Amino acid sequence: MHKLWASTYKEFLLLTRDLGGLAVLFLMPLLLVITITIIQDGTFKTLKETKIPVLWVDQDQGDIAKTIYQGLTESNTLELIEETSETEAASLVNKGDFQLAIVIPENLSKDLAKKVNENVTGMLAKFGLEEDSIAPPKTILSPKEVRLYFDPATQYTFKSSIKNGIDQMIAKVETQSIYKAFQEQVTDDPSEIIFDTESFITFKEIGPEDSEKAVIPNSTQHNIPAWALFAIFFIILPLSINMVKEKNQGTFVRLRTNPISYATVLGGKTLVYLCVSLLQFGLMLLIGVYLFPNIGLPKLDVAGKVPMLFVVAFFAGLAAIGLGLLLGTIAKSQEQSAPFGATFIVILAALGGVWVPVFAMPSFMQTLSKLSPMNWGLEAFYDVFLRNVGLSELLPEISLLFLFFVATAAIAIVYNERKNAV
Amino acid sequence: MIQINQLSKKYKGAEGFSVSELDLNIDEKEIFGLLGPNGAGKTTLISMLSSLIKPTSGSFSINGLTYQENKKELKQLIGIVPQEYALYPSLTAFENLSYFGSTYNLKGKALKEKIHELLETLGLSNFANKKISTFSGGMKRRINLIASILHEPKVLFLDEPTVGVDVQSKNVIIEHLKQLNAAGTTMIYTSHHLNEAEDFCSRVAIIDNGKIITKGKPKDLVSSFEDARNLEDVFLAITGKALRDHA
Repeated sequence: MHKLWASTYKEFLLLTRDLGGLAVLFLMPLLLVITITIIQDGTFKTLKETKIPVLWVDQDQGDIAKTIYQGLTESNTLELIEETSETEAASLVNKGDFQLAIVIPENLSKDLAKKVNENVTGMLAKFGLEEDSIAPPKTILSPKEVRLYFDPATQYTFKSSIKNGIDQMIAKVETQSIYKAFQEQVTDDPSEIIFDTESFITFKEIGPEDSEKAVIPNSTQHNIPAWALFAIFFIILPLSINMVKEKNQGTFVRLRTNPISYATVLGGKTLVYLCVSLLQFGLMLLIGVYLFPNIGLPKLDVAGKVPMLFVVAFFAGLAAIGLGLLLGTIAKSQEQSAPFGATFIVILAALGGVWVPVFAMPSFMQTLSKLSPMNWGLEAFYDVFLRNVGLSELLPEISLLFLFFVATAAIAIVYNERKNAV
Repeated sequence: MIQINQLSKKYKGAEGFSVSELDLNIDEKEIFGLLGPNGAGKTTLISMLSSLIKPTSGSFSINGLTYQENKKELKQLIGIVPQEYALYPSLTAFENLSYFGSTYNLKGKALKEKIHELLETLGLSNFANKKISTFSGGMKRRINLIASILHEPKVLFLDEPTVGVDVQSKNVIIEHLKQLNAAGTTMIYTSHHLNEAEDFCSRVAIIDNGKIITKGKPKDLVSSFEDARNLEDVFLAITGKALRDHA
């Protein structure tokens, strides 16, 4: 016990003597969480507050173009800039000056009105409601396409949301045209409302059912757990570098000849770096609760969850430290440990669902993600933050994190013993 | 005190043996010098005796103990002064020594007093609370020595303990080692300073290509070689004048 305490104290001194390193250890994760949350929160805000400039080429000059124009303008997401030439608009988008150009084709309104009228008249004739009961012959109309020119660098998600938005708008215009055509055929009084054109089906988002004060997930509730976990795992880097330094300084050689076990040496490192992880996490919670509301970000809601959050952070920290101990034991130089550690964390984070939700991954990657300790940690954090679960529901995830620590630390000890056996 | 039987070491990928079927007995309270050119096998032999590397074949015991059976007791019995400064540069001299002392189960007042006593003896008492990174080479060598003798080892391995230090530091180190030897510590010492070895060692072995070429008391070795005025002449006569650059 005395040797463990001495090792812990030594690690504490080594860490606190490197003030620059210590600052990086605490400030960088905070900076990471703040930056990512501002960006992700900004994505929602961009759609609400910031307008994306889009070129608008109206070759139709009819009611439908006007309706789409009005709909897009009212959505407050796009700033429509009128352009007369489709070629010029395409060129500007291709050069990256604009993300998108929307081209409404010639005669869209006229042809749609004609098509709808003919369809409605034909249908009423079938029912015998028309005076001559014979459907007029149908005009052959060329299909219309609303052309969208996207900047090649535009992300798929943005493209997809714009396409869906315009598609919905056109569908609504078409439906309203049909209703209007029926109205005109059925009554001569335009003030008489026969059809209710308001949407009958709407959506309602329901939160966790067992909580009356259910938290509506926002960018902070999503980002703090994900990026806090990412930061916790970044402890692998300073820890493995600390161990490689010991080898290079020769102090590890001295320790190998001294009557102290490798497990005790690792124990000292584990205790100190675990405290660092928990402090890092605590700071992240504090900025989420106190700083975020002051810089225009949603406040982090931790009411009644702090002990459970620290339980998860404790086991996630242990898992990260286990990996750091293993990497530090195997690596021979900082050139090995630093790039490998950094890349490996990014891979674990990607697999764990920090960037792309696991459900959106290909099925093979979904299976693989179940092997990432970051996935276990992230699920545990989401359980506490968003699903309001109890300790018993967390047990599978925190047990996996603990077992991961035990396994990696044991491999590190066995590897060291075998490599240095005499 | 130390019995070495047919001890050999061949590193992975190496063409030959670094230490080859070496037999040696070192008595209690001896200061035994291992002398040889670069790559002769001195450090490899000390590394095997101090549990840093595993022998390819052969065996040895120290005070009747082996690492296979008595690892813990043996580690408590020996001290190693490595060739490199095995110290934490960002910690003070006292912090380094406190930590290394605690690995030998030394603690509290006894450890503190022992550290201050040795710092005083080796002329470093004013630097106890200074970081190692600010120390000169000679000061680091002395701290390196103190870190290895805090627990009063019965056997001390010294791998070039005075390399790269000023004359004053060297003198302090050698004088203290002589005192330790007088108090009963057996020492195995390697060095390229042959004059120092001639004066310091009770017995030396000249080792080359992993084998002991000759061994004996320094004076006896000098007198046994015609025209040899000192140990350096003996050394050159045995190992030759060709350069031994070793990568």
